[in-house]
Amino acid sequence: MATPNVPLWEVFIRSRNGLAHKHVGSLHAADPTLALQAARDIYTRRGEGLSIWVVPSNAITASDPSEKGMMFEPAESKIYRHPTFYDVPDEVGHM
Amino acid sequence: MYTQALNSSDGDERGVEDVARASQFQARIDADERIEPNDWMPAAYRKTLTRQISQHAHSEIVGMLPEGNWITRAPSLRRKAALLAKVQDECGHGLYLYAAAETLGTSREELVDGMLSGKAKYSSIFNYPTLTWADIGTVGWLVDGAAIMNQIPLCRCSYGPYARAMIRVCKEESFHQRQGFEIMVTLCRGTAEQKAMAQNALDRWWWPVLMMFGPPDQISQHSDTSTKWKIKRFSNDELRQKFIDATVPQAEFLGLTIPDPGMKQNENGNWVHSPIDWNEFKQVLAGNGPCNRDRLAARRKAHEEGAWVREAAAAYAEKRKRRQLAQAAE
Repeated sequence: MATPNVPLWEVFIRSRNGLAHKHVGSLHAADPTLALQAARDIYTRRGEGLSIWVVPSNAITASDPSEKGMMFEPAESKIYRHPTFYDVPDEVGHM
Repeated sequence: MYTQALNSSDGDERGVEDVARASQFQARIDADERIEPNDWMPAAYRKTLTRQISQHAHSEIVGMLPEGNWITRAPSLRRKAALLAKVQDECGHGLYLYAAAETLGTSREELVDGMLSGKAKYSSIFNYPTLTWADIGTVGWLVDGAAIMNQIPLCRCSYGPYARAMIRVCKEESFHQRQGFEIMVTLCRGTAEQKAMAQNALDRWWWPVLMMFGPPDQISQHSDTSTKWKIKRFSNDELRQKFIDATVPQAEFLGLTIPDPGMKQNENGNWVHSPIDWNEFKQVLAGNGPCNRDRLAARRKAHEEGAWVREAAAAYAEKRKRRQLAQAAE
């Protein structure tokens, strides 16, 4: 009953509200056409999307979670990148 | 839909591979952080989740059989469309769950082979037959109702991919219970014969549904570790009690009698059930339920009859790849 391993694909869907494609899950399929059809059946049974991307999982390069401290630290310490860092006098109102 | 009694853990922390990392891991769990596929985790955590999620997936897939049995005999087009959609959902739920289980490092093929060979378990409830149309109502009302009780806490499970799959499943599943209850309401407002059919279905399903929550807390194994790892948030008995308390008024509304004459309401308002026949549960899990052999045979037949499709798809993908390589070489 041994079956050859079928490639894994990651599925991204753009919903009707105009946001970017968002990762929704993964599936197995032999080729891109079948992957798209399977993604339609598995992830859009309730009109969740207007566009689907399927990407071979092994084509994704990911950051290493064990290095997330080093990877994201530079952003942690730069609070001056956020608008709340700056004082605007109350009289000026909303800016 | 259905995790009953699958949520016990494998082993304990004896033989933990790395004490420092294990304590870091527990600290992350205690801080309600989600564990993701590439994060370090104790081998027993991985094993427990692989078993629980894959058994949950098998349950969704096998769960299509008792309901699929009635698609061609649904009493109206409306009922047929709803039942077909529900069975498609169960298939989708199985696939989300397999995908979550695979992130722990076991291939889909191994997981499916585990089910087909009879090595892996699935929810005992699907080893009972759906004898009449009222069974379809009862399965939606009670089996999906019990499943929802079980699954809502799993949306906060410590393992990210499982929690995310459960959020999707729970969102889609709320229609399942409602369509089942609607079938029951219609039958109970129908002829005396229809109402008797509804009562008969309730009589047969009530006890097996209570067993879905798994053995009583005093005898359920390893559940401490699962609780500590935040895979399990409520005990079997707590969930069972919540389910009974929610269901009794619904049965009253339908004018049906719960087949437990000894059931009493205690001073806290909880309905206390009579003892459950755990021997029956053990028998069904051991493969001796009314439909165990039938279910596995149906899954194996479907898998074997689909072999040519898998082979053809693989051959076509291979041919395309070769053609692309040849074109690139020109």
